[in-house]
Formats: sequence, structure tokens, C-alpha cells
Amino acid sequence: MWNYSEKVQEHFFNPRNAGELEEANGVGDVGSLSCGDALRLMLKVDEKTDTILDARFQTFGCGSAIASSSALTEIIKGKTLDEALQVSNQEIADFLDGLPPEKMHCSVMGREALQAAIANYRGEEWHDDHEEGALVCKCFAIDEVMIEDTIRANNLSSVEEVTNYTKAGGGCSACHEGIEDILARVMAERGEVFSAGAANPVAPAKNAASVAADAEAALTQIEMPTPAPEAAVPPAGEGPKLTNLQRIRKIEEVIERARPALQRDRGDIELIDVDGRRVYVKLTGACSGCQMASMTLTGIQQQMMEELKEFVQLVPVSKAPAGMGA
Amino acid sequence: MDTIYLDNNATTQVDPEVVDAMLPYFTEQFGNPSSLHQYGNQVGQALKTARQQVQSLLGAEHDSEILFTSCGTESDSTAILSALKAQPNRREIITSVVEHPAVLALCEYLEKEGYTVHYLEVDGQGRLDLDAYRKLLSDQVAIVSVMWANNETGTLFPVVEMAEMAWEAGVMFHTDAVQAVGKIPMDLKSTKIDMLSLSGHKLHAPKGIGVLYLRRGTRFRPLLRGGHQERGRRAGTENSASIVALGKAAEMAEANLEHENTVVKRLRDKLEAGILEKVNYAFATGDVNNRLPNTSDIAFEYIEGESILLLLNKEGIAASSGSACTSGSLEPSHVMRAMGLPYTAAHGTVRFSLSRYTTEEEIDRVIAVVPGIIEQLRNLSPYWKQGAPVQDAFDPAYA
Ligand SMILES: Cc1ncc(COP(=O)(O)O)c(C=O)c1O
Ligand code: FES
Repeated sequence: MWNYSEKVQEHFFNPRNAGELEEANGVGDVGSLSCGDALRLMLKVDEKTDTILDARFQTFGCGSAIASSSALTEIIKGKTLDEALQVSNQEIADFLDGLPPEKMHCSVMGREALQAAIANYRGEEWHDDHEEGALVCKCFAIDEVMIEDTIRANNLSSVEEVTNYTKAGGGCSACHEGIEDILARVMAERGEVFSAGAANPVAPAKNAASVAADAEAALTQIEMPTPAPEAAVPPAGEGPKLTNLQRIRKIEEVIERARPALQRDRGDIELIDVDGRRVYVKLTGACSGCQMASMTLTGIQQQMMEELKEFVQLVPVSKAPAGMGA
Repeated sequence: MDTIYLDNNATTQVDPEVVDAMLPYFTEQFGNPSSLHQYGNQVGQALKTARQQVQSLLGAEHDSEILFTSCGTESDSTAILSALKAQPNRREIITSVVEHPAVLALCEYLEKEGYTVHYLEVDGQGRLDLDAYRKLLSDQVAIVSVMWANNETGTLFPVVEMAEMAWEAGVMFHTDAVQAVGKIPMDLKSTKIDMLSLSGHKLHAPKGIGVLYLRRGTRFRPLLRGGHQERGRRAGTENSASIVALGKAAEMAEANLEHENTVVKRLRDKLEAGILEKVNYAFATGDVNNRLPNTSDIAFEYIEGESILLLLNKEGIAASSGSACTSGSLEPSHVMRAMGLPYTAAHGTVRFSLSRYTTEEEIDRVIAVVPGIIEQLRNLSPYWKQGAPVQDAFDPAYA
């Protein structure tokens, strides 16, 4: 069974603010019966001050879905709507002392219900480009959609490249077959055939020795990811384009914001370099090298993407990847 | 609080008598059964006895038809890969959509290697269509591998009849009987089953020991090559303590077969009827008139299985669920999907699996506790209001 924190269990067994809220003036429904979790968030908002006076939920789902819903209502009560919109899914997870990587989507669902409820109160249409895939790489908490998008955007054709771009596959190796399946699928879309062992599908056939050398090289790359071969082009985001300086400032801001939480756990994070969409950071102290590191990074990366409105990849440098034995 | 263990299809507690039987093989009986001296000899004798005990439980003709392996999964892999290697011109496999991953994941891998795999579909009760099966049998098929009993629903497949059909078509037949052995009577010598897998930890022996039954004369290629153990069919020094334990467990299972099909079955039926009487929008899944005597898989609509398990666990009751959330995938179990369970129920299945240790008091307590848990979760659900589903009231921004 899952290794749920005490706090998750507590909020599951004794959910706060469960049930209907009769005088709700903002309601957000997300999820569905068929996908296995669904959440209705009901808000009572003070129309003068835009403050959330009360929040209640109804949830169909697993233990962490119910606990995340309960946590969400506790976090947002008393906040103004603008403050509430700042609540990230990571904050919901942190409030519960963390969620297993497979269950992070429960906190994402909480955040989406909040956006939906606020949009409903404001009389706006709320659309979500919600897309979520099965978790492929457990070591680094990377899902199918992320891997697919990265392969597509960068024309990747080998597991080693996927590892360099997303970190997926750089730990225990359990997900390599899964990554190969995704590569085969996406490459077929662009009319290429995936072949395991070939770094480049158009390259002439390699002999066994050079394939072994490739594998060797891939292993070394895990230690210290080399920058992407060609400058990666960020996807055309909506909104005004940031200058390079603005971009780096925003990246620094997100990292600064993340530091106190890490320092509380006797860890730290430092920005090393920014190269295209790859943001190199150094994790130190208690948080480097453990399973938590990848979760921390995923959270920070997500905030960065939200701030920058573009896809970025957080790459930890000079440390053994999480999930690998010492 | 006393705990109630109703997850015997996942694994069983090792019987204390089995533990007693195996312990000497960790201490004074440490010999290698292949050795000529007395240390080895005694262990060799013990292995022979264990082989005969398993032979008797399965109703096999010869004790040499029993090969000890490291688990059910290894037995499944050995059987399927052996059939492919021994008959290189046959490139097709027939199996079913509801097999255990020990067979399914291997078949998916073999598809990538260029083999053609036919997956037999099941109906809403988890039953196979034998006409469709008959049409697939041909001289291209290397092996049929179909489970005897389904681990989630307990549904039994007519493997004896299917093996007969395969034999008529000249096709090798393997059955994954990991869930069936020890729960229903079997007499392999009177069937056309060529290979059968079983696993110790499902019948009160330890984990990490299994058996492949290999009918005499069946063409075979080993999975592990090396020493001459198991007549060269499975190299590697024998796990003697566990083999002795499995032998003892097989003997006890045979003695217990009647109890399983009378007392255990009655308790299972009582549990199921007791729950369904008090909980509406719930039903038993699978082929309920043709299933293992110890298994009841109940689908509770409008709630999710993991939440049910967590609340049961808090009450000291251990069961399991085919829900997505317990497995780490985003999909509910492939068995529930294959049966086309309504999506209102596919996420809310709970499997109760009993054993000879299950008592009447335990069943009474579970019947008393479950309805409250279901109601508690339904009251939290946006699809439920005052004792009835309100599916239309929910209007998601995305689905
Ligand atoms: C039907 C079936 N086949 C195979 C197995 C795998 O057996 P083992 O755990 O011994 O490898 C199981 C156990 O879960 C099973 O239920
Ligand atoms: S799961 Fe991807 S490297 Fe471990």
C-alpha cells in the first residue's frame, strides 16, 4: 500500500470541510467518474472583499484525493481570491507533508478545482489544457505526456537523449522499455523507425562495440548532463515575450522562493546557469540525492513554467541522480 | 484489535506445520542434494517426498513431471518460452485478456519480438467464447496459455475442455493455475493439459517457490541452463527448505480440499450475501456460479476502491482492490475493463479472498463494518445524495 504521511492519513480519516455548502457562490467541478477521481469545490465568497469565507468539498477518489481536497479547503479559507490563486499544487502537497509521486495528480486536481470555482464565481469561462499521462519514470516523477512533448519538440530518437532532456531513465533504468515504446510511437508519427541502440536513426548501422560505447557514454552522461546539442527553441507561448534578462530574473525569483522550504530541511538550491530551456541548478545538503529531490525539482520546475509560460527543464548538476544507489 | 486477513489471493500465511517442516533444512539438513555423501542424500530424499506430495495434489501421473521453480512467474515464463523455442516454426500464441501480468507482460514483449498473440476476449461475467477459441487453433500456434482461475474475480475457465480442443488440433496447452491449485480438485493425468504453473505462497507455503508441471513427453527447452538439477530442465541448486515446505503445504491442501469447498465456500457466500443485502448499488463481479470457493469481488458504485481499503484497514480488515489508485497506474484493472464493468463501478471493486483460517466471527464482523464504510464514502462523493446517485448534478470543467 502507499506510504502516506501521517498528515495525509489524518486528512483522509477526518476530512475537514466535507459536504455541501448551501450558500456557495462559486463552484468548481473537475474530474470524472471514468477517470477515477472527481472533485467539487464550493466557495462562499464575500462579494465586497473577495475573501473566501467558507470552502467545502465533495470528492470521489482515492485516499490522497480526499486528503488533498481537505487540505485545499483549509489552505484557502480566509484568503482573498487573488491570494488563493497563488496556491500551487506543490503547496497542497507540502501542507500534507508530501504525496507519493504517483499521487501528485491529486494535488493538481485540487488546484484546478480552485481555478474552476473562482472562474465560476467571477462568471468567467474556465478552460484547462489539462493533460496528464501515466507516470513513466518513477525515479524522477516524469509522465508520459512530458516525455512525448519533449521528444516531439526536439526530434529525439534515443533513450539517452530523452534522459538528457527530461532526466527520465537516468536512475534505476526500470523505465527504459517504457521510454522506448513512446519513442517508437512518436517517431512513427514523423515517419521514422525507432531502433534501440541507434543514437540517430539515419546514421549507418553501428557495430556492437560502438553501441556498447554509446551505452557507456549514456551512463556517464547521467552524472553530469551535457547541454542539448542544438539550442532548444521554446514553444511559442501566449502573452508577451520576456527578454532574456526578465526570464533569468523570474527564474531567480522562483528559486529564491523555494529556498526557505529547502533550508528548513537543511538543504539548499543554487542557480548555476540557464541555457535555452534548460535551467541548471545545484542541490545541496539534505535534499540532494534522495527521492525527495526529484519531487522538489518537479515542483520548482512547474512553478517556473507557470511564471515563464514556457517549457523549461530543471537540470540538477554535480550530483548522483536520485534513485541510484550510492 | 484482531486483524482479519481476507487477501489470500494476494498471498497466504505460512502454515505453522509448514514452517516446522522446513526449518531443519536451514540448520542440520544443509546438504546439497546433488552431493553423494549423507548430507546430500537426506536432502535428496526429502525433495523426492515433496515432489510426490505435489504430484498427489495435482493428480499427475509421474513425480518426474513436477519441476520446482522460483515462483509462479518463472513457471509461466518457462512454459511459454519453452514452447516457442521447441517449435520455432510456430509463431502464434493464444491467451486471454484477463491473464495475470506474469503471462500478459511476457506476451506483450513477445509481440514486440515478432510473435502474433491472440487475446481471447471475455463477456460481462468474465467468460470465454469457446467457438472463437476453436477458430484460432491452427498449426501456426505454438502454445495456448489460459489461466485456470482468475486472481481478481475467481472466475474459472474451462481449461480441461480447452486443453482437449488444443490437443485435437495438435497444439500445446499451458494453464496458469496459481490461484486454482489447492482450492479446487484436479486430476491432471485424466486431462490433456501439457503444462501447469503453481506458486507456493498462494497455498500456505513460503514465497519464492513454484512448480511447473510438465507432462511426460512434452517437448521442452529449459529457461535456465547449467547444472543437471531437475534433470537439467531447471538448473540451479535446489531451494531445499522451500521445496520441503511446498511439499508439506501440498499435502495439507489436499487434505483441506473438502473444507475449502464446503466451509470456506459457505463463509464466502455468507459474506457476499450479507454485504449485498445491506448495500445498494453494489454487485459481485465475474462468473458468480462458476468461481473459486474463496473469492468474492464486489463492485461498489460511485466510490473508489483505495479509499474503501484504507477505511477497512483502519478497522483491521485486509482486502484488496482492482482500482487504479492502488496499483499506481491511472487505469482500473485490466480484468474489470475487459469485462466492460460500468465506469460507475470499475474504480470501486474490492476483492475479499478467504482461506481455511477464516472464521465465522470474522465474516460477521466484516458484514457489520462494510456498509458503514461505504455510506461514509458515498456521503463524501459528489455523485451521491441522500442514499441515491446524482450523476447528472456533476458538471466537470474537463473530463
Ligand atoms: C494467476 C497468477 N499467476 C501468477 C502469479 C505470480 O506468482 P508468483 O508471485 O509466485 O510469481 C500470481 C500471483 O499473484 C497469480 O495470481
Ligand atoms: S524509473 Fe526511470 S530511471 Fe528509475
